[in-house]
Amino acid sequence: MSERAMSGFDELTHVRAKEVIARYPVARSALLPLLHLVQSVEGCVSQDGIRFCAELLDLSTAEVSAVATFYTMYKRTPCGEHLVSVCTNTLCAALGGDDIYRRLSERLGVGHEETAGEPGTTGSLTLEHAECLAACDLAPVIQVNYEYFDNQTVESAERLVEALQRGEKPHPTRGAPLTDLRTVELELAGFTEDPTVAAAAVAGNSAAPETLRGTMIAAERGWAAPAFPDEIPALPEKS
Amino acid sequence: MTTTETETVTLTIDGIEVTAPKGEILIRTCERLGIIVPRFCDHPLLEPAGACRQCLVEVEMGGRPMPKPQASCTMTVADGMVVKTQHTSPVADKAQQGVMELLLINHPLDCPICDKGGECPLQNQAMSTGRTDSRFVETKRTFPKPLPISSQVLLDRERCVLCQRCTRFSDEIAGDPFIDLLERGANQQIGTAEDKPFQSYFSGNTIQICPVGALTSAAYRFRSRPFDLKSTPSVCEHCSSGCASRTDTRRGQVMRKLAGNDPEVNEEWLCDKGRFAFRYLGAKQRITRPLLRDESGQLVEVSWTEALRVAAEGLLAARGNRGIGVLAGGRLTREDAYAYAKFARVAAGTHDVDFRARPHSAEELAFLQTQLTPTVTFAAVEAAPSVLTVGMDLEEESGILFLRVRKAVRKHGQRVFTLGQWSTPGVEKTHATLIKSVPGAEASVLRELSVGGELVDALSATGSVILVGDRAAEVPGLHSAVAELATRTGAQVAWVPRRAGDRGALEVGAVPTLLPGGRPVTDAAARAEVERAWGVTLSAEPGRSTDEILAAAASGALSGLVVGGVDPHDLADPAAALAGLANVGFLVSLEIMTSAVTELADVVLPVAPDAHRAGTYVNWEGRHRPFAPSLDGGGVLPDCRVLDTLAVEMDVDLFTQTPSAAAGDLDRLGPYTGTFTAPTERPGSTPRPAQVGSAVLATWRQLLDDGALQVDEPALAGTARAPRVRANAATAERLGLTEGGQASVATDRGAITLPVELADLPDGVVWLPAHSPGSQVRSTLGVGHGALVRVTAG
Amino acid sequence: MSDILTPVLTSRWAQENSWTLETYERTGGYRAMRTALAGHPDQLIQLCKDSGLRGRGGAGFPTGMKWSFIPQGGEGAGAKPKYLVINADEGEPGTCKDIPTMMADPHSLIEGCIITSYAIRANFCAIYVRGEALHPIRRLRAAVAEAYAQGYLGTDILGTGFDLEIVVHAGAGAYICGEETALLDSLEGRRGQPRLKPPFPATAGLYASPTVVNNVETIASVPYIVAGGAEWFRTMGSEKSPGPKIYSVSGHVERPGQYEAPMGITLRTLLELAGGMKDGIPLKFWTPGGSSTPMFTAEHLDVPLDFEGAAGAGSMLGTTAVQVFNETVSVPWAVMKWTEFYKHESCGKCTPCREGTYWLVQILERMVHGEGTESDVETLLDVCDNILGRSFCALGDGATSPITSGIKYFRQEFLDLIAEQPAVARPEQLADVELTGAPA
Repeated sequence: MSERAMSGFDELTHVRAKEVIARYPVARSALLPLLHLVQSVEGCVSQDGIRFCAELLDLSTAEVSAVATFYTMYKRTPCGEHLVSVCTNTLCAALGGDDIYRRLSERLGVGHEETAGEPGTTGSLTLEHAECLAACDLAPVIQVNYEYFDNQTVESAERLVEALQRGEKPHPTRGAPLTDLRTVELELAGFTEDPTVAAAAVAGNSAAPETLRGTMIAAERGWAAPAFPDEIPALPEKS
Repeated sequence: MTTTETETVTLTIDGIEVTAPKGEILIRTCERLGIIVPRFCDHPLLEPAGACRQCLVEVEMGGRPMPKPQASCTMTVADGMVVKTQHTSPVADKAQQGVMELLLINHPLDCPICDKGGECPLQNQAMSTGRTDSRFVETKRTFPKPLPISSQVLLDRERCVLCQRCTRFSDEIAGDPFIDLLERGANQQIGTAEDKPFQSYFSGNTIQICPVGALTSAAYRFRSRPFDLKSTPSVCEHCSSGCASRTDTRRGQVMRKLAGNDPEVNEEWLCDKGRFAFRYLGAKQRITRPLLRDESGQLVEVSWTEALRVAAEGLLAARGNRGIGVLAGGRLTREDAYAYAKFARVAAGTHDVDFRARPHSAEELAFLQTQLTPTVTFAAVEAAPSVLTVGMDLEEESGILFLRVRKAVRKHGQRVFTLGQWSTPGVEKTHATLIKSVPGAEASVLRELSVGGELVDALSATGSVILVGDRAAEVPGLHSAVAELATRTGAQVAWVPRRAGDRGALEVGAVPTLLPGGRPVTDAAARAEVERAWGVTLSAEPGRSTDEILAAAASGALSGLVVGGVDPHDLADPAAALAGLANVGFLVSLEIMTSAVTELADVVLPVAPDAHRAGTYVNWEGRHRPFAPSLDGGGVLPDCRVLDTLAVEMDVDLFTQTPSAAAGDLDRLGPYTGTFTAPTERPGSTPRPAQVGSAVLATWRQLLDDGALQVDEPALAGTARAPRVRANAATAERLGLTEGGQASVATDRGAITLPVELADLPDGVVWLPAHSPGSQVRSTLGVGHGALVRVTAG
Repeated sequence: MSDILTPVLTSRWAQENSWTLETYERTGGYRAMRTALAGHPDQLIQLCKDSGLRGRGGAGFPTGMKWSFIPQGGEGAGAKPKYLVINADEGEPGTCKDIPTMMADPHSLIEGCIITSYAIRANFCAIYVRGEALHPIRRLRAAVAEAYAQGYLGTDILGTGFDLEIVVHAGAGAYICGEETALLDSLEGRRGQPRLKPPFPATAGLYASPTVVNNVETIASVPYIVAGGAEWFRTMGSEKSPGPKIYSVSGHVERPGQYEAPMGITLRTLLELAGGMKDGIPLKFWTPGGSSTPMFTAEHLDVPLDFEGAAGAGSMLGTTAVQVFNETVSVPWAVMKWTEFYKHESCGKCTPCREGTYWLVQILERMVHGEGTESDVETLLDVCDNILGRSFCALGDGATSPITSGIKYFRQEFLDLIAEQPAVARPEQLADVELTGAPA
């Protein structure tokens, strides 16, 4: 049984798994990143993936299943090339998020956590409605493979999805040049394949106008925080 | 142990001032006052969870009310605390009513068909704390049900209140985290991994502690209503722990067994064998009428009068000829064992009596003599800083003691050492240091370690314990090595036999060297006490052991045998034993079920199983565990009564007509006050390093196996560990074995073929379960632990 | 009196390549670390206490006091390793301040981690970032790598003998992991379910060792406090709520975005900065600090948005996630959506939250879809009463806030929903009908 479970994952994945475990003072802390690693290989967390983690961390498969089923980012069935997450929490929904989700769902003919197209093939998309994605000043927001596509409308979202289905990779408004879900899961586990790509990814835009609004207004109006003292003040005596 | 003054605090609960030990959980203090706060997740033997929120009470600390009601199952008492439960606080009452309503919104209204109905904490507390109607008109959560999470345990997720008692038990107590919470929020549910069922030797406890009907057993499901059951306190017959249990019967049938609450022994737990293995009572193999072998060689039912007359005549003739031997078996109560011991001396006129229905040795007997006054208890084992186990796999051979050791490991980091061959689940779950030995070399290994080092240091800590299983008798010199280690370290030694009756049988003199109370046959004064009490003259010459008795029977040196509850296949050489049974002139068998002995017997006298008899087990601690019959009638009598009547037919009085009469007769004798010296036998020769194609065999029994008392329990058998041949990777490679492939372990007598699983055994060693389906080691191979065997692939 | 906006944490955000070590150091970064490492850890704890810094994750617990709870010395828990854990599991609806901080200026957080770890004597720090925050994770990891390369992390930092390892840990989608003990369980590779307290993380946190769990914004503030001193920090905000704070304004305003101001700014001022209500449609309701903080209405425009001000007006400061909704939005609908969120994110551990949110969602959905009954409003309130203060952690409490505050200010809207069946509640539909129940 153990050989079969381990065989689904190649040598590199084993090496990476060991590396993940080595990051933490206690091995079990590696479980969440390991499950991301499993998703980068399988496109979901399968029973083999659960056994893989269980054996590496000396846990029962029930214990790993308990963790894998708790978190929404771990998917049970193979995902598409891309994961399209539409925020439908209150604020995004009030600004159009519900309509966006409904339209994409109709257009793709799939519901929550369902995949349009053959999972893993180019242009295949897994759709989900997401809870608050912490980009409320840019609502309504969509993430594709967790990269931000901000200030969406029904129309822009449709265009985005069409482009993805055609195999194109539109640039997110904030985030790195689009790759695919597996690459991103690998990155969440802490690994990147290509240093050049990684550097470009880090450099991906992060500052939307909304992000800088306060800073810009302050600059325009000459507002600032009180100036620091010229010298760093001496630390207080310990009490 | 020194007694230290417990620190206390004083608090007020519902206006009553109460003093409580510091650190006590509030809900427990309430209980002691007779104030019952409703609860679900709380269980005194599990870590607090605070999950169900049913036990909310109002608490005031230092004159300031806490802003929120507090869970009384997680809060510890403090000085000056003022607590108001539902009886005095409208806030607590409302909070409890609120939680109860929420627990019920998704609970199905299937009480009329639920096993738990009538004994259900949810049902009861819904009555005490719930509303009469529901405001919930929405859609209930539904799940397919029931979900089998093992062959024995079924899960109904709709009924589950997610208190997590089951998952906490499995994780904390049993160490079998094979059930866990899955999913999240309103979808949260108990479940197993897709690839691994809830295979735990202790799974039945989760059913008992489930506060709703979410967990039910295949064995009891839909069999009865609690209010139709008659409940009798009982004592488990399956091992030497003597667990308190409760036997529930209906219309003359045992419907189920539950764990009794005995904090000193089994706390509130039972192993699954103890809980589920009772169908033997109604098995087709049961014997309830006396049987006599007729002229055609068939056993036929006869009257008691005739059976006893024939048995008495046969035995009298045998006694007059070359004599009678008495084999007493291992599942006797102390009263029944006493009857055998006395029958041997008084009616058969011999010391040829032995309870040891398994491999045994003279060294063992010498060791057992030093164990007549036991000093170790469950509590002492729990408190011990270090424990060494010798000749036993705790989880497989003494499940409840295993739980106690595991508790000590969890609670105070007890160090456990196991002298064995591989890291069994029990070794791993007690985080034990495995002292690895080639089978048969255990005595030498232990002697080497006794010189000094980690083991000696650990066992030298005051209160440390060495637990010795009855398998130690399979290794020459091992008891002596244990005695030496104990002397060196000051560790206390406890003998933990596998069978329920062994300790009692030893104490009452069902051995060839000892009379009741441990009086040596060879001690004239001690012998004289017994002679006076029994009104007989006793030989000063010790009798023969089980093996010797059977050998004598085989060779014609004995003319008759009285055998109670012995399975020849459990003995060191089953073929030799069978030869003895077959060749002896006259064989009387006292049995509850047909067996290899009844097959050969001239007269078979049915005796009562526990459900039909009263008596006292003496558990490994030496603790008396009396029990009464849980079923009336049944037309069967206890061994002591049958032997008493048989003796009368032989013109002798045993005064063991009833268990209480037997106990009275025995207790008049009192204990022996002399002392014994420990054995000093040298270790035997270490088994030879395995040659090409051969290996040294390690073997012992698993908790769930082909044991006679486990018949007719397919659901239980489904949770047994799969029989496997085990070897380490290097040995497997050398022998040409592959993990998952088949291996054949053979001697000239026969072969056992099972799938291979790799484990950390010593080089050149293979392990087999001793008595599991497809692996009857002694009867198939004719050898046991420490023997050389041939191993081939396929 | 300080300026209306006081960019401190956001001061670098508009810089080119703001996330790089080069930019950070060019603009004064990592100076505070040198000063801090030259001092005694206890001096840093004292400085943090003097500054009056309060936790920016929502609860506002005094940060210096939290640090001082960490047992030190060789005895008992003090002998165990200490840990710093950064709560970057930003997921409270409306909250979007930590993610831009980590993207734009990751080094300020890392410098804060170094100083804080030194103060509490931790040699291992984990930054627990919600998994969906991919770009922040990426930026943080790049910044951590730069800091290692520069000798600011690792062993013997700047020759001081102080060692620190930082791991950027990606979560996997669970709002509850923002609760600090659930976060610790999650970081230990378990289901993110809250732990019993006591023991508190300060004595038995990560790996049962003393642990400080602080929010991103809190720890990112630390280098500035060291660099500017406690007095400087206290020139902003109020006595009890000092310092600058990032206010995230979202929803029906002309210019949503991040506005860093001294604590105590009002919605009126924020709305002015944000260009007023979008398309001039009047304000109906807003949250001062995320969905778990009871909603406010137009009558609260002048409530000072600091810990005392928000609490005094019957809400909480929370995460200063100011979500603004105009009159087109149905309160029962919004409340239903938020309740669906809490149901989805309830961890399942305790009965009130697990079962209560399950029930509340069904009542609200039924009401919003035109099938409400007379008793529904009272049932909603009573179920909330049975959750609030009865659940295991604050998630359950938070789940009741939208409902109880929504009914408090807009009861008639809920009643009308029942009276005028079938209800029309979706925002786009409401735009076409005459509004009812909204206060003038």
